[in-house]
Amino acid sequence: MTTTSTPATTGTLERYGLSDDQLRVILHTMLMQRQLDNRGFQLNRQGKIPFALGSEGHEAIQAGAAMAFIRGKDILAPYYRDLGLAVGIGFTPLEVLLSLFARAADHNGGRQFPNHYSSRRIGMMSFSSILAAQIPHAVGAAYALQYRKESGRAVLVTFGDGTTSEGEWHESMNFAAVHRLPIVFLCENNQWAISTPLSKQMGQPNICKRAEGYGMPGEQFDGFDPIVTYDVVNRAMQRARSGSGPSLVEGMCYRFLAHSTDDDDRTYRTREEVEVQRANDPVPRFERVLIENKIMTAEEIDALRKDVLREANEATDEAEAMPYPQASDLYTNVHEGAWEPWQ
Amino acid sequence: MAIAAPSKVMTNVEAVRATLYDALKRDDRVLILGEDVGNRGNVFLITKGFIEEFGAERVIDTPIAEASIVGVAVGMAMEGLRPIAEIQFADFIYPAFNQIVGEAAKIRYRSNGEYTCPMVIRTPYGGGVRGALSHSISVEALFYHVPGLKIVAPSTPRDIKGLLNTAIEDPDPVMFLEHKRTYRLIKDEVPDEYFTIPLGKANVLKEGSALTVVSYGLNAHQALEAAQRLEGEGLSVEVIDLRSIRPMDRKAILDSLRKTHKLLVIHEDNKFGGIGAEISAMVAEEALFELDAPIRRLCGPDVPAMGYALPLEEEFMISTDRMAEVMREMVKY
Repeated sequence: MTTTSTPATTGTLERYGLSDDQLRVILHTMLMQRQLDNRGFQLNRQGKIPFALGSEGHEAIQAGAAMAFIRGKDILAPYYRDLGLAVGIGFTPLEVLLSLFARAADHNGGRQFPNHYSSRRIGMMSFSSILAAQIPHAVGAAYALQYRKESGRAVLVTFGDGTTSEGEWHESMNFAAVHRLPIVFLCENNQWAISTPLSKQMGQPNICKRAEGYGMPGEQFDGFDPIVTYDVVNRAMQRARSGSGPSLVEGMCYRFLAHSTDDDDRTYRTREEVEVQRANDPVPRFERVLIENKIMTAEEIDALRKDVLREANEATDEAEAMPYPQASDLYTNVHEGAWEPWQ
Repeated sequence: MAIAAPSKVMTNVEAVRATLYDALKRDDRVLILGEDVGNRGNVFLITKGFIEEFGAERVIDTPIAEASIVGVAVGMAMEGLRPIAEIQFADFIYPAFNQIVGEAAKIRYRSNGEYTCPMVIRTPYGGGVRGALSHSISVEALFYHVPGLKIVAPSTPRDIKGLLNTAIEDPDPVMFLEHKRTYRLIKDEVPDEYFTIPLGKANVLKEGSALTVVSYGLNAHQALEAAQRLEGEGLSVEVIDLRSIRPMDRKAILDSLRKTHKLLVIHEDNKFGGIGAEISAMVAEEALFELDAPIRRLCGPDVPAMGYALPLEEEFMISTDRMAEVMREMVKY
């Protein structure tokens, strides 16, 4: 296991080959994630949608990982806290809002919970709420790439720390290692599984250390830093694409919000703990990096934030105005064609 | 029935093997994955020699982990392959329950058709082979409640070939249940050429006028034998082999019932909540006044499993004599 720590923000910025434009795209993704994340909670509190899931605190890890994803080639098998990853690989704000509002034009036709996105167009696989169930699917997809000798492509599969307790997580790591599959296992370790802290989830707290047991490299990194995240995920993806096998990478972050709009995290963790983590909020931290390194000015960031707000508002209005699925849509796509259990 | 086309006599297990072999030959999207399917060639030798001919990347000896055997196959199917996942014995399918019920069955539905899951899950099931508690279970009722799954339980070599071909070509997940007692017991002509049999079409094994017997798998053969015995006693029993449990052939059942007016359902799986319960409910809804006698179900008893000791296995399994006895009672009712 190696550990990558945050580079100093003073002096020359270690940017791992990222251009100014790419750094600005990363910030845009982070700001959009936060805006849309908050939008879900707002719409819920306004009584407009029944449910939303939060991802605040995951902005850096997701925007950085998204930058390491090659659009049109790689495959993403996400989980339900990956709003920023989805947006970062090409899911539009409108598509996010269609999911929140459960409209007919949503990719899954308003069937799935919010944040359970999938899109064939951008290579984002369908998944359920059952933790780790999507991980063998990602392994199967990676197997398909390898079987068809589609080198230069890889699968990125993501999950939280709690998911690593599931049997299918272990089975998938093992299977991928046996076949040296082109896949990267990215753990977004936010230290909480709803109300269960890491200490009750596992006896050995460094998830990336488990990689050695499977025979693949493991690396832990600062998931509050999108540049470091990009570097770690990019190296792992390159390794996968070039046929050198799977990796487990673990970004340390934090879940600032409750698990969902139906959860109240005051019942299981202290405000002090959350405040300590808030001091490291990856969004203002990355803004400071960009300003200090003269990549963006405070004014430009302000303007970007306003653009993001406008985009989110437009997407909200547009999605809200669109129709629900019809009641008759309940019956479609059970199987191909018309379906009746009795013939 | 005369078969014009060239054919071979095969056992059920040979028919599974021949059909899988042809599928691997025909379509390079087809892969087989499961425990001991490669080097050993499956515990019943169904895939013996396949790994040498088709390679380890198409005949995959998996780690012993049923959830990921199915789960990895789901991911392969979502990305365009046509995996055939094998669960070594149906009794070992429980760890894969979520991947079958929560995932495979719902992928087309939950993505509104953007992603699909064209895969086959093959597994040997059933008793009569001294399989004890964990090598003799019938699992069909655990899965037939689930929309999104198709379930096939063929009884003859010809049906195995036609239905397995259909299952492999199906754009959605299909469970293919092979009664292991029939593997080497049942032998018949199988056409050499490629053919398919549609899912949801039952097969009338024997026509009759006084009683309709609906069954599948091993029990269908026994029911036919019992009905033939009764024929000698002047009692006319119709025997229907369902072949496919989901979808199920309502028309075949009702057409027969409108002729015989009596219904007996026979299955080795437990009675409570079994396939016979759904058939009985359907008949009560659709054709109650056609019935001249109460519906009867001859099924596995309500105990967790058959035991290893011979009397415990025999007590669980339904004997042909018992079938004949109940048929006689019902015809004379």
